[in-house]
Amino acid sequence: MSGTSAIEKHTIAVLVDNEPGVLARVIGLFSGRGYNIESLTVAEVDRKRGLSRITVVTSGTPMIIEQIKAQLGRLVPVHAVRDLTQEGAHVERELALIKVTSTGDRRIESLRLADIFRARVVDSTIESFVFEMTGSTEKLNAFINLMEPLGLIDVSRTGVVAISRGSSRL
Amino acid sequence: MSAAAMPGAEMVIKALVDQGVDVVFGYPGGAVLPIYDALFKQNQLRHILVRHEQAAVHAAEGYARSTGKVGVVLVTSGPGATNAVTGLTDALMDSIPVVCLTGQVPTHLIGNDAFQEADTTGITRPCTKHNYLVKDANDLSRMMHEAFYVARTGRPGPVVVDLPKDILFASGIYTPPASVKHKTYRPQTTPDPAKVAAAVELIGNAKRPVFYGGGGLINSGDRACALFQELVRLTGYPVTLTLMGLGAYPASDRQFLGMLGMHGTYEANLAMHDCDLMVNVGARFDDRVTGRLNAFSPGSKKIHVDIDPSSVNKNVSVDLPLIGDAAETLAEIIKAWKARRLKPDAKALGAWWKQIDAWRGRDCLRYQNSDRIIKPQYALERLYALTRDRDLYVTTEVGQHQMWAAQFLKFEAPRHWMTSGGLGTMGYGLPAAMGVQVAHPEALVIDVAGEASILMNIQEMSTVMQYRLPVKVFILNNQYMGMVRQWQELLHGGRYSESYTASLPDFVKLAEAFGAVGLRASRPDEVDRVIKEMIKVDKPVIVDVVVDQTENCFPMIPSGAAHNEMLLGPQDKQSEGPVSEEGMVLV
Repeated sequence: MSGTSAIEKHTIAVLVDNEPGVLARVIGLFSGRGYNIESLTVAEVDRKRGLSRITVVTSGTPMIIEQIKAQLGRLVPVHAVRDLTQEGAHVERELALIKVTSTGDRRIESLRLADIFRARVVDSTIESFVFEMTGSTEKLNAFINLMEPLGLIDVSRTGVVAISRGSSRL
Repeated sequence: MSAAAMPGAEMVIKALVDQGVDVVFGYPGGAVLPIYDALFKQNQLRHILVRHEQAAVHAAEGYARSTGKVGVVLVTSGPGATNAVTGLTDALMDSIPVVCLTGQVPTHLIGNDAFQEADTTGITRPCTKHNYLVKDANDLSRMMHEAFYVARTGRPGPVVVDLPKDILFASGIYTPPASVKHKTYRPQTTPDPAKVAAAVELIGNAKRPVFYGGGGLINSGDRACALFQELVRLTGYPVTLTLMGLGAYPASDRQFLGMLGMHGTYEANLAMHDCDLMVNVGARFDDRVTGRLNAFSPGSKKIHVDIDPSSVNKNVSVDLPLIGDAAETLAEIIKAWKARRLKPDAKALGAWWKQIDAWRGRDCLRYQNSDRIIKPQYALERLYALTRDRDLYVTTEVGQHQMWAAQFLKFEAPRHWMTSGGLGTMGYGLPAAMGVQVAHPEALVIDVAGEASILMNIQEMSTVMQYRLPVKVFILNNQYMGMVRQWQELLHGGRYSESYTASLPDFVKLAEAFGAVGLRASRPDEVDRVIKEMIKVDKPVIVDVVVDQTENCFPMIPSGAAHNEMLLGPQDKQSEGPVSEEGMVLV
């Protein structure tokens, strides 16, 4: 049945008990059932209640996406599963640290572009910069592509974190 | 009012007793010695010492499936736990509630490759519904009670509690079950009323309906099965059951079409293919049931009642999913049906039954009997005829004999049929029968077996002897792994690669070596005598029924084929041509 309709990309937020093995359960679910993970972030968000929030960007046919949500929902330590893409308005952000080595004009050009993209310099030597940049995945991709000919040597990205707009909570 | 502290091992026993457990299937070892010491000092729990940990899990499954209670397993760390993995996977696939306690090396040694260490929670994560590693004695009783709650609630399944040895010695405060409430796990049991109303509407308007029941009915309980029967009779619609659902509707009833699926009946599969409304209660559109997906029941609306939302729209798109417990959902449907005084469309239903009766007329389970050689179907027909008025429980191994047993033994009530459906575990039947017999000491418990499967857990004959469990092993012996041979014949040009067992034991002598009774039938006229003798003997018995080596199991939907492309017998296979390449790659 799957494969007959178009592949969609969805951002899913999962609230889980912060207990040992919970991330392994989520990752094992994706690998064991052959689902895609495009990005995954996890961190504790409520120390008092011991809750972590996982943001996973995944892709699949609508039937597969529905399966992913149902499978996540039945994991015992999962409190809530929300499909932010399906529910509409939400904010997605990603942070990247980007290291560029260059001298002369290329060095100046990288700094100029960083300024346009509102990336911050968080480390510099005579022949290198580390830029910090926050934004949508697309914006980060655009900046990283521009840095490619300007001496890009290293990238570290957090993956997407996301939250719904408006007053509702997960 | 502070409760007294007690050692971890004693808390394990107390938690089991408080959960209403009366029997544990297990095997001792270094890491669980403190629990075995605590077992020794009490007399509320009975321990059945198996001969292999896989058998402990299957025995617990047999116990659970035949009673509706949670089955309990106790094994040691490392190999004890890894040997249990097949059983756990089996229980997961068939949704059987099992709690498996595994020993673990002391917490300070975890991760050090200690003697008999295995990453049990890591290994069992994908083959359990949930698992726990206890790292603090004060968490032990809570985790034990949660394990039972998770195992039996919602869609049931196996839960592992991994117990490091130092925790078993450490003191902790015991929490009774009543004060443990799970933080998150609350499966939805009550269906959405709007969907119930929509379901009743669809059921009332159907012209060619069929009910399709599965193992979920049996897991939900006797009430779900009774309500299912009530609804089927209220409507007068035909009903079929999956392998796991057999017994949920009385097999002798006229409305019952028999089992569906790969080796199901012609009438059941064609009714599924041609229906305009399918009402699935507690089944999961397994690939053995659907055949080729894009040709599965093309013209029907589909209602799916399931407690597990992830079962819905997994293989087959359904029009109306109802998430809830089978009993609660069926009760709501019946209530709405009666309140609206609905009547089925008598004319359409008459025509539909006429069509079904025509399919029935093909008599798809017919086989060519012989007076020289025992046909496996004949042996099972006789077994059914000679046991039908008894309190009979049947388990099976996996293969042709399993399918013939499903076709030829008729189950009138739930919980009397235990078989490995999802995982297809050879070696399931004997230990499962052991667990059933422990739960029902007076009942007649028969493991219908093949000679290949039975050898996978034959060591359990020693267990049934020790506990005087008069389990009967009824072997249909064709010297082949029959289902493998059948597929090699149909799909691989009759090249019987490694499916023949050239050196089988003499099963009669083997039975005697264990101290059991061995019987053999080699000719059709000996079958009744050995069955009667088997029933009469109040001891474990192995019956070696020497059957036709070349008999194949029909009807059959070849892999990759649709319901309406089924083979009815050996005469069909030439005309159908070879199986498609797509079909070949399917299991």
